[in-house]
Amino acid sequence: MKKVIIGNHAVSYGVKLARTEVIAAYPITPQTQVVEELSEMCASGDLKARFIKVESEHSAMAACIGASATGARAFTATSSQGLALMHELLHWAGGGRLPIVMVDVNRAMAPGWNVWTDQNDSLSQRDTGWIQLYCETNQEVLDTTIQAFKLAEAVDIPVMVVLDAFFLSHTSEPVDIPDQADVDAFLPKRVARQKLDVDEPHAFGALTTPAVYMEMRLRQQEGMAQAHDAMIAIDAEWGGRFGRSYGPIESYRTEGADLVLVTSGTITSTARYVINQLRDDGQKVGLVKVKMFRPFPTADLRRALGGVKDVAVLDRNISPGHCGIFAEETRAALYDLPDAKRPRVHGYIVGLGGRDVTPDTIMDCIAKARAAAKSAEPEPEDVWVGVKA
Amino acid sequence: MSDRSASPRPDPRVEVRELRIHGRGGQGAVIASKILASALFREGSSVQSFPAFGVERRGAPVTAFLRYSHGPILLRCEITSPHDLIILDPTLIKAIDVTQGLKPGGSILINSDRGPEAYASLAQHFRVTLVDASTIARKYGLGSKTQPIVNTAIVGAFAGDSGIVGLEAICEAIAEAVPGKAQGNIDAAREAATCVVRIPYTEVEHA
Repeated sequence: MKKVIIGNHAVSYGVKLARTEVIAAYPITPQTQVVEELSEMCASGDLKARFIKVESEHSAMAACIGASATGARAFTATSSQGLALMHELLHWAGGGRLPIVMVDVNRAMAPGWNVWTDQNDSLSQRDTGWIQLYCETNQEVLDTTIQAFKLAEAVDIPVMVVLDAFFLSHTSEPVDIPDQADVDAFLPKRVARQKLDVDEPHAFGALTTPAVYMEMRLRQQEGMAQAHDAMIAIDAEWGGRFGRSYGPIESYRTEGADLVLVTSGTITSTARYVINQLRDDGQKVGLVKVKMFRPFPTADLRRALGGVKDVAVLDRNISPGHCGIFAEETRAALYDLPDAKRPRVHGYIVGLGGRDVTPDTIMDCIAKARAAAKSAEPEPEDVWVGVKA
Repeated sequence: MSDRSASPRPDPRVEVRELRIHGRGGQGAVIASKILASALFREGSSVQSFPAFGVERRGAPVTAFLRYSHGPILLRCEITSPHDLIILDPTLIKAIDVTQGLKPGGSILINSDRGPEAYASLAQHFRVTLVDASTIARKYGLGSKTQPIVNTAIVGAFAGDSGIVGLEAICEAIAEAVPGKAQGNIDAAREAATCVVRIPYTEVEHA
């Protein structure tokens, strides 16, 4: 059934269809409507989940960790400062290999106090051991939310589904909401490999000495590698059942391109519009969308971008003191390609704190990349576009 | 030069059309954009609607936006130069620059109990249509006497005036959006669709 819904409610429908058993959340703009709708679904009995109201995001994640450790399917949603407050517990969930699903509605970090979109909140949690999946449309938000539970439970790693504040969270557009029976066939009830069980006691998170800690991290890293392939398989199964799939990355009109943009989130959609116009003008420009940020799709990007002359990465984030984070990681992924196949990577900072990224902004990035391509000298790693003089 | 009635609007099937709604917090501007999106979607269009990004206060100026097309909508940025405007509160015309970015020859649908002469200067540049949505909303008990909720009346008027979306689709979308008070809202939309007053517009060449 297709309905015109906001991105936040696309999350709520996904969580309901996944038959989530425990939801713990604390409200924060622009995420609040996600759990507001879920609380109504729980109150009406449409969703038979335990809805736990907590006093902070730190407690929300703690409740999800406890629930997930007992074998339940657990969910929370947050944004910005709320996600930052969870930081310590994100490590506990990631290192504890608990398949929690969380939605982060990308909101800029304070100060200055700002409710609008950018990616610094989720990217600040890069190293906590969570899979991160970035979405472009409300349909992708719903599909990814359901897929996320299957992926998390396949590899025992928590998944963060990420969507842009307002450009998705508060924007209404048609979304195909699958039938419950079809989702049930795709996503059966969770079967936990290990869990807290009074009849079969185990200790979790106990003192882990140098003699074993490193192997525990290696298992986590191996799990992340499995997560990449599991995501492809699960996404393909979803595609077979529902007709839509996304992949860790997507190449769009890259055939014969000498310049390829790398984007994530809703900037991707506006960039497709720009690429279509430039292709109509005969320009050889394409696009690679990065959906999966952790595990980072290094091999996929080498295949997609190896041999391209110039790559322009648009980052709605900044690592202060270095550069845009997708640019940083894309450069690192491509550096080990042989000289003849290694592109130059140009990095552009756009749209921080919700500043609009229009077709003109993207055209400006392309013009700057074209100019930089002609220079023998490297340009700065972070070129800021759309800032006041 | 041609009269408005003889001048068909641009074919909405071949482009993405953009619309902006101005109201005040509490009048239902955001819901109006959602009802229009839902109705256009029922008729087969791609749609995208969103509020002004930020915070809202009752009584303060509010804007909401809509994109619609018979093709896919790829743009995911704000709307700065709409084709059409809907104005829920006529006092906003003096309070803020409501026509900012409006395309030359664009249309403006205004909720007003005043006559066409009050909008003569606007009508020199844009296609202006009037409807007394506040009186219609009061008649059907929508909102309060002093603060009528005019959004459903005005989307009915939009259907009646523009021909861009059908009244039946609007009524279905209203039933979905306000299930608790569907009939009064639908009646208001139907009545408003028949009460629009178009100000004669003489099209001039725009660069």
